Amino acid sequence: MTQSPTLSRRAASAPTPPRKSRRRGADTRAGYTFLLPWLLGFIALTVGPMISSLYLSFTNYNLFDAPKWIGFDNYATLFQDERFLQSVGVTMQYVVFGTPLKLAAALAIAMLLNSKRKGQGFYRSAFYAPSLIGASVSIAIVWKAMFGDSGPVDQGLSFFGINLGGWVGNPNMTMGMMILLTVWQFGAPMVIFLAGLKQIPTDLYEAASMDGAGPVRKFINITWPMLSPVIFFNLLMETIHAFQIFASAYIISNGEGGPAGSTLFYTLYLYLRGFSDFRMGYASAMAWLLVIVVGIITLIFFKTSKSWVHYSGDAK
Amino acid sequence: MTTMATPTQNQPTTPATPAPVYNPKSESTTVKRIKSTIFHVVALALVAMVLYPALWMISASFKPNSEIGGANNALWSANFSFDNFVTAMEGIGGVSTLTFFTNSLILAVGAVVGTVLSASISAYAFARINFPGRGLFFGMMIATLLLPFHVVIIPQYIVFQQLGLVDTYVPLLIGKFLAADAFFVFLMVQFMRGLPAELDEAARIDGAGHVRIFGSIMLPLMKPALISTSIFSFIWSWNDFLGPLLYLNTPEKYPLPLALRLFVDQTQSSDYGAMIAMSVLALLPVLVFFLVFQRYIVEGVSTQGLKG
Repeated sequence: MTQSPTLSRRAASAPTPPRKSRRRGADTRAGYTFLLPWLLGFIALTVGPMISSLYLSFTNYNLFDAPKWIGFDNYATLFQDERFLQSVGVTMQYVVFGTPLKLAAALAIAMLLNSKRKGQGFYRSAFYAPSLIGASVSIAIVWKAMFGDSGPVDQGLSFFGINLGGWVGNPNMTMGMMILLTVWQFGAPMVIFLAGLKQIPTDLYEAASMDGAGPVRKFINITWPMLSPVIFFNLLMETIHAFQIFASAYIISNGEGGPAGSTLFYTLYLYLRGFSDFRMGYASAMAWLLVIVVGIITLIFFKTSKSWVHYSGDAK
Repeated sequence: MTTMATPTQNQPTTPATPAPVYNPKSESTTVKRIKSTIFHVVALALVAMVLYPALWMISASFKPNSEIGGANNALWSANFSFDNFVTAMEGIGGVSTLTFFTNSLILAVGAVVGTVLSASISAYAFARINFPGRGLFFGMMIATLLLPFHVVIIPQYIVFQQLGLVDTYVPLLIGKFLAADAFFVFLMVQFMRGLPAELDEAARIDGAGHVRIFGSIMLPLMKPALISTSIFSFIWSWNDFLGPLLYLNTPEKYPLPLALRLFVDQTQSSDYGAMIAMSVLALLPVLVFFLVFQRYIVEGVSTQGLKG
């Protein structure tokens, strides 16, 4: 088998070193051939569009007339645009309150489920289910109905003597409703936390018990540091994810970001500017600001992670 | 937990008669039972809370309109009926719901085929072939995982518009065939890296090229990764809203999420029941997928870090 005719012919015609480099050349060719689908997509759907959106962000462009170069005007206008500033505020509120709450719920339930008991598979699946359907239009409609005037949430609260008269129409309550929607989808980070918790060696907890450590000390001294790479991963992914919320905001506010702009999320405003007002340059500037902000946040996360994320060699 | 660990560990060291060994043991089983009962009560209460919106949706879809918003919030209504579903199946704007279903199905199946093909081929290059530039491209692929995709939608729209491809499925599917979902490429790279290198070395010695190694060795071994990818790519495509919202403007071509929005816009709150019944219909394949593949889905998430 090893001495196939082609191989021996090649060996006869060329000395050993060129044969090796010929294989390397073949590998290079094969590598780029196999990479072709991704490479094409990367150039045509990511790099190309990124460059042109950077260019467009310095222009006035309405899709019909040629783009007109206006320099930094779009960026300057953004910071005087009250709706833009509002969308930044709405999105920041959502990210700053929603993400930690969601991760806290995910970690708490993961710790509850991290024991050998019957029915763990059922619980994991049940808690994960909302993550799969949460971003759909269907659930946005259900949420709107549940938190609407005399919906089940309102009814439930009035049982306790609280009367809010619906959350959907009340600008002070809509953010709470949106945050509940994201917290409800804690299943995806929970499952990742669970996988992380399973990696923590149980003898660490046993040793801590012998030393008389209580649950709080065990959490602070064992669970948190051992889990920190997973916490970091979830925090990064969920934060980036939260910045991009769109479908539920669109449906709940009828595509307008109301009431009183309280659900005017960044991406919804970007969509309205670009695809309703056809201010493509302006929307591109917004898109680039988002990239810059997400980039800075990612960088900050990675820089600060050195002080609290522990990658230990012995933890498999 | 802490209190239970000590007596059981002392057992082997203390030379005890059968009786004292038996007693703490039976005590600890009752403690265990109580703890387990508390656990299940708490966990089930939490499950009920978490699944309540889904249950409410399903129950409301069988209720007459008058009972959905009103004071009657019992999950089960005495006036159970399929009327809402009958109305929902009629569709909207002269297009039947069956058409929306078919459209969603075409898009989702197209997404699965495209993603599985392109992501596995590209992942093979990243995981198994040594060539200059691989590290650089791999880094760029990872970077696209973190990139907000809003930065590319405007130029993409402009290009597709100039090519006359708006209101076709091409803009919605082309990315799937070009491995644009970096998540799936990454997932498959990680999976392939876990397969033993001896496999392809042996095949190479036997004279197999990359095409054969990929087709007859890697692909069959990658089944778990291919199944996870298929499930998630189907569900994500099924639930996708922004893509169809941007690119489609003929109702006959709408997939379900867009049809649902049209339904909401036109009926407003006049026919709540039908609206919720249609929401249930739109989620049906996802729910069925979940019930059938739940183990696979949940394990896929924990091992590969997928997002819901």
